[in-house]
Amino acid sequence: MTDRISKEDVAHVADLARLNLTEEELEAFTGQLADVLDHAADLAALDLVDVEPMTNPLPMRNVLRPDVVGETSDRAEVLACAPSVEDEQFRVPPVLGESP
Amino acid sequence: MSIPEGATARVLASEIRSGARSARTVLEEHLVAIDAREGEINAFNLVLVNEARAAADAVDIRVAAGEDPGPLAGVPVALKDNMCTRGVPTTCSSRILEGWRPPYDATVVERLVAAGAVVVGKTNLDEFAMGSSTENSAFGVTRNPLDPTKVPGGSSGGSAAAVAAGFTPLALGSDTGGSIRQPAALCGVVGVKPTYGAVSRYGLVAFASSLDQIGPFSRTVADSALMLEVIGGHDRRDSTSIPEPAPDLSSVLDHGVEGLRVGIIEELSGDGLEGIADDVQARLHEAVAALEAAGATVASTSVPSTVYGLSAYYVVAPAEASSNLARYDGVRFGLRVDALNAGDMNTATRTAGFGDEVKRRIMLGTYALSAGYYDAYYGKSQKVRTLILEDFARAYEEFDLLLSPTAPTTAFPIGEKTADPMTMYLNDVCTIPSNLAGHPSMSVPFGVGEDGMPIGVQVLAPAFGEPTMFRAAKVLEAAAPDGHPAVGGTMVGSPTGVRHE
Repeated sequence: MTDRISKEDVAHVADLARLNLTEEELEAFTGQLADVLDHAADLAALDLVDVEPMTNPLPMRNVLRPDVVGETSDRAEVLACAPSVEDEQFRVPPVLGESP
Repeated sequence: MSIPEGATARVLASEIRSGARSARTVLEEHLVAIDAREGEINAFNLVLVNEARAAADAVDIRVAAGEDPGPLAGVPVALKDNMCTRGVPTTCSSRILEGWRPPYDATVVERLVAAGAVVVGKTNLDEFAMGSSTENSAFGVTRNPLDPTKVPGGSSGGSAAAVAAGFTPLALGSDTGGSIRQPAALCGVVGVKPTYGAVSRYGLVAFASSLDQIGPFSRTVADSALMLEVIGGHDRRDSTSIPEPAPDLSSVLDHGVEGLRVGIIEELSGDGLEGIADDVQARLHEAVAALEAAGATVASTSVPSTVYGLSAYYVVAPAEASSNLARYDGVRFGLRVDALNAGDMNTATRTAGFGDEVKRRIMLGTYALSAGYYDAYYGKSQKVRTLILEDFARAYEEFDLLLSPTAPTTAFPIGEKTADPMTMYLNDVCTIPSNLAGHPSMSVPFGVGEDGMPIGVQVLAPAFGEPTMFRAAKVLEAAAPDGHPAVGGTMVGSPTGVRHE
């Protein structure tokens, strides 16, 4: 199917998933992920060209509701869950640049 | 005080509804059982003593006023701690949800409470339901009540242990690849994964959305049927919820299996699969004999693509998890580890908040979805799901139900499989195909293994086949070799925690 997953691959994937790994973790995870992917290699032998992928166990259908106002979450209650808020908004560190 | 023999949810609810016993008395008995052994078992992340007392008293007031509090009147229930409870911490056994109190109840919680149930606590799980042993938890390991050196299975190990230990007669779990059925088997209780969409997932913290399903744990088949009738049925807040009422299970429970055709899945039953222990196979053969004695015809059958189930699952589930768990970014709820900019804050929060197994699956899923690998892994796995569904459909032309072991072995020692994730994943080999197909299946306790620990038999049915599935489960329960390992006073309160034969 593909080459065995490398440490560089795992480092890249960790970066995409917003995870920091120590050198030791990188080493351990690489071996473990490779074991799982090796197991999944039996899929490579299957000829599935004419098989439709299944995205959901049940037949897909449109789910609509009457266009009327219903119950909604309370803003204050939702904001109270957040680590930091200001003026009824979620507060985060700077997205561009760094905080001084 | 100990839990009286026969303290099933049905018996308790009927006694409480008739005023023969108070909900408060029943609750206090269960709190005593919890007090006696929770320190050792660690089934709960949180026991809601005051809230439960208030709820039980409210039930008693309604009974005194001549009202009917509902089919679960005063029955203590435990909830897996990945189901949202308004104002009550919901952790998924993860540090990343530290301090979070959901602003709403899951639909299943609303329905249980509306039926008169008393929520006693939130149970431990493998973090975000990822695991088969309840060892991957920020709240410590849960121990098997029948032998505390062994795992209870997972990921709903806390719920299975709570029911097996007599802490509550009923509990809810969630099942993505076997997380209800495998711990039920390992703890000697009944565990049900309903048809996908039969129970609302609104308020269930998402792991793999095309596979997740909530279901009951109980000590008897009839109690699981009752609980499923209460929690099932359409919910407009879950777009995958089946737009039908919950099926009536109670009235068909005793219809037997006369004339039913039951197929043993060769690929999952031992002769076709390495790693199924001899004692597990032996119990399965006895279960077959019991069904035949009750008038069913049983034959072996092949569901060939189930051999690819494990591989497909460990691509699909991590892929969906990597997407679902992207929401834990330190912005809207739970843990935040501060940093100088938002991106670094996201990374620092996720790195500190997730445990190793969750990180492993997020990375596996991210990899399987990444450019260049999508077709080879995710695309192929989705096609394998179609093959499995087609193979099941063929099998169900000839058979009403299918049968397999629930788990390959009895409960294994704590720590035995934590170092090798792939060995741990193999625990789910028999349970995964039902999730991939969206079909219902359940584990029924059926005797014990050479080590004296419980063994479960899995009954599988096609979509919406719960009524027939429960009939077979009821027959198996009545025929189980050693009776029911977790029922009665022999085990609860036993100082050693070892089951008396």
